Amino acid sequence: MFKKLVSLFLAAVMVCTAAALFTGCDTASDFRIGVILIGDETEGYSAAHIKGIKTACENLGIAESQVDWKYKVADNDSSSLEAATDLVGKGCNVIISNSYGHQTYMAQVAAEHPDVTFISMTGDFAAISGLENYKNAFTAVYESRYVSGVVAGLKLQELLADGTLSVETQPDSFDADGNVKVGYVGAFNYAEVISGFTAFYLGIRSVVENVVMEVNYTNSWFDIDKEAAAAEALIANGCVIIGQHADSTGAPSATEKLLNGGRICYSIGYNISMIDTAPNAALTSASNNWEKYYTFALEAAMKGEEIPADWSKGYSDGAVAITELGKNVAAGTAEKVAEVEAALKDGTLHVFDTSKFTVNGETVTSAEVDLSWIDFSTMTVVYEGEVVEAITDGYFAESTFRSAPYFTMIIDGITER
Amino acid sequence: MSAQNKTKDMNHTGEPLLRMAKRDGVSLKKKILIRAAAILLALIIDALFIVMVTDLNPIKIYGTMFIANFGNKLKFMWMIRDLVTLLIVGVALAPAFKMRFWNVGGEGQILMGGLAAAFCMIKFGNTMPSWLLIVTMVVTSVLCGALWAFIPAFFKARWGTNETLFTLMMNYAATSIVACATNIFRGDAPMFTTINMGTKAGWFPMILGARYTINVIVVIIFTVLMYIYLKYTKHGYEIAVVGESENTARYAGIDVKKVMMRTMAISGAICGLSGMLIVAGKDQIISTGSADGRGFTAIIVAWLAKFNTFYMALISLLLVFLQRGADEIASAYGLNDYAADIISGVILFCILGSEFFINYRLIFKGGRTND
Repeated sequence: MFKKLVSLFLAAVMVCTAAALFTGCDTASDFRIGVILIGDETEGYSAAHIKGIKTACENLGIAESQVDWKYKVADNDSSSLEAATDLVGKGCNVIISNSYGHQTYMAQVAAEHPDVTFISMTGDFAAISGLENYKNAFTAVYESRYVSGVVAGLKLQELLADGTLSVETQPDSFDADGNVKVGYVGAFNYAEVISGFTAFYLGIRSVVENVVMEVNYTNSWFDIDKEAAAAEALIANGCVIIGQHADSTGAPSATEKLLNGGRICYSIGYNISMIDTAPNAALTSASNNWEKYYTFALEAAMKGEEIPADWSKGYSDGAVAITELGKNVAAGTAEKVAEVEAALKDGTLHVFDTSKFTVNGETVTSAEVDLSWIDFSTMTVVYEGEVVEAITDGYFAESTFRSAPYFTMIIDGITER
Repeated sequence: MSAQNKTKDMNHTGEPLLRMAKRDGVSLKKKILIRAAAILLALIIDALFIVMVTDLNPIKIYGTMFIANFGNKLKFMWMIRDLVTLLIVGVALAPAFKMRFWNVGGEGQILMGGLAAAFCMIKFGNTMPSWLLIVTMVVTSVLCGALWAFIPAFFKARWGTNETLFTLMMNYAATSIVACATNIFRGDAPMFTTINMGTKAGWFPMILGARYTINVIVVIIFTVLMYIYLKYTKHGYEIAVVGESENTARYAGIDVKKVMMRTMAISGAICGLSGMLIVAGKDQIISTGSADGRGFTAIIVAWLAKFNTFYMALISLLLVFLQRGADEIASAYGLNDYAADIISGVILFCILGSEFFINYRLIFKGGRTND
């Protein structure tokens, strides 16, 4: 037995040495990228990141062999710590992770390896962490949510104008004050989702004034069944439009089924076009063009330039968009969308314009945001940040003080469930 | 009644085309041969699968699986970490299963232990000195795990409830409690992340470059202790007798109910401790994914090793090797991870299948019966 163990051990040592020599010879290219993903190409959110990174690499002439992928890395245990350490060992110069939950583990590895740049997408403490090599980025996706809301608003307007939707045809879609009901399937009740559904709602309201929105949380980022059930519950409550901030096709497919069953209901998706899933119900989806950031960040890293600790861009840089319009959108939608997009691009339109919404019946004039990173379980400040006034020039400046969203007001007309 | 009928039927209609008979005393050489044949068969089936479905070189795939576990010092250490994390649960389940108490509640017992540890880290992290904090974590996690296993044992001893359903149900209860607790801990953050990120209170210290070094030491100690406990102590003997036949045990004057409750409490206590090791030494977080199916996988570990804790280490090694290998090939070759799981699944299936041929032999109609 002992002899066997010794020989096994020796064999293992030999293989280790061989492997070390082998990896030592790998000098095909200096620049390597490591990618840690919460999902894989079968899951919309990660698929969008994969596409973004691949496009960025094409733009910059980075070969596929220079990218190491780690798929389905959990964000509720230390898997990402192991994955990031392994990627450092593989010689990666830049390591990207795409789930919020990866960030605390990424920061731990970043502290140990100051020569490698770590990017936590959607993370929220890079600027205050004191780590020079740790970065955050997030698109201003609330802008594309606003535009997707405009598409939904135009559809509502058409349905109301031609009499398809009225108190007679679908009475439960109107509340006691005659407002039309819309719904939203949200993942969790925190800033990113709240900022998103508020933008969506304001987009609808920019077209149809008398709208109320009900938000249904699934408490999961990706759960086809829960998202479908949430959408069904909202539609059963009378909601005509179902927006979503969750990563599966559950809500659009449920909406499609009910639409085909004679109910008046349409879907606005997220991340990817839902037209394949819901050919009749899908109007469009709010989406991110991650390649804009990845091209920018990887180019800077290749040239040895500094990547900003926080990056958040929207229509101005082409970092967000809505996907292809579905066949059932209202007439003239494309023209109106182009108009709104242009206004967002040149800065004449602000999504969170304080004249367009109220909280508890009053216009909001001040909103202080604490940028500190707080461990809520122990109520301690882990990284100290400034307190900033987010309302300037009559609008709430989302994602400018930090890339991750911080709009957390529940405005009038929206109810959470 | 029905058994009698069955025997009668068989006598009347003649023997079936194929039947199985238990066989004892297979020589070690034969055992090794059967297992080697199983692994070879698995490698051949996998090679066919790899060539036909993925167009890759099977030798390279196997090499990648090997490198994923033994490629460098870090990978080897991670493999050991995963091995001990699975092994301790197997060690915990062994006494229960040896007693033929179907404790499928390991998952819940791990989670409750882990949650207790996490709770202490959060509540006392800023006030207690670190040694006292760790002691408190150990005590509470052991108690919570033991309680979670004791409840179904008590119900079975008292009212004869079905332990499989009961322990399974306790898993769902534990998962929901953890989900609820993490949702409370999360506060206004998007999700619950690393516990005590700022102070590192309750994290195991770095020893030899890793926080899980303590885990490895603890698991080795428990592996040895459990071996001794099952093999050389009076308790261990009682467990064996109860497992063989409750009536025999009763006749021999063993208090079956007491043994049942005591053994399950021990089983749950070690599961709870393993949850604490996961939280303090490995993840520094508790989540519904913390047990990661180990409560179930460890049943395979315990059974295949026939409750010998040292064999359990070998079975754990095999399972962890396959899992890490599958993850690596999925990542390295851009394979869908289902494909990688099929590759490791075939190997596992063949090895499990070989155990059947070691324990039973097939007798064809008209074949010799005294083989």
